[in-house]
Amino acid sequence: MSMRTFLFLAIVVLSGTGGDIAVTHAMKRIGEVKNFAPRALLGVLCRVLRSEWMWLGIALMALAFFSLLALLSWAKVSFVVPATAANYIVGGLGAKLLLKERVSKARWAGMLLVSAGVALVCTAR
Amino acid sequence: MTSSRKLPAKTFPLLILVPVFSSLGNVLLGKGMRGVGEIHHLSFSTLAVYFPKILSSVWIWLGIGSLLLFFVSYLLVLSWADYSYVLPVMATGYVLAPLLAHLLLGEVVPGTRWVGAAFIFLGVVLVGRTPPRTTGQA
Repeated sequence: MSMRTFLFLAIVVLSGTGGDIAVTHAMKRIGEVKNFAPRALLGVLCRVLRSEWMWLGIALMALAFFSLLALLSWAKVSFVVPATAANYIVGGLGAKLLLKERVSKARWAGMLLVSAGVALVCTAR
Repeated sequence: MTSSRKLPAKTFPLLILVPVFSSLGNVLLGKGMRGVGEIHHLSFSTLAVYFPKILSSVWIWLGIGSLLLFFVSYLLVLSWADYSYVLPVMATGYVLAPLLAHLLLGEVVPGTRWVGAAFIFLGVVLVGRTPPRTTGQA
């Protein structure tokens, strides 16, 4: 793996999970949605659009998306897509360290299984 | 605390909708782009030709609508459930795809893909048995 490929893969995984974590933080600050009536959901949408964490999250997700497109222009899909299974591990670490979620052993085991499964599904031919 | 009792009741329907809207959106976008035709090289002039074609495709708009619904249900579920709970559960899309391809399109799915799908299924079952929220009320 060349340095450039490694760098872009790291950007895809880190900015993708970073975006998810910022979006999760924004939603936790907005609070649990309990009322699913259209008017109430519209109110939630207004608060979502005013949240700076949400915009940071969307910007990071966009960075991940365009880095993925760039990476796919030279690296093989059969390498890139399974490699993004690392998202589950990095996401678990981010949830524990940044969002202070209590990631139990059962949840780690589940995430490792899912990650291995995604890598297998994406490399099968 | 009544909200923690109600938690699973609304969590499960949304956790099913999130991967369904996401895979449906991608399939619809794929169908739309097949209709538009293969883009061989990216430049402003080719984009100027393809962009109106892309925006006039019904499939593309259905795909965008489905992905918007995915994002809204994703945000809703994240307003109460842990990210480390939602993220692995969303991988059920990888199980749905080979299953639907096999059942509906009659595609031959390679054995390793079924093994991978079984890993994901077991992982999701393990994570699904943990409490959806481990952080305090916001």
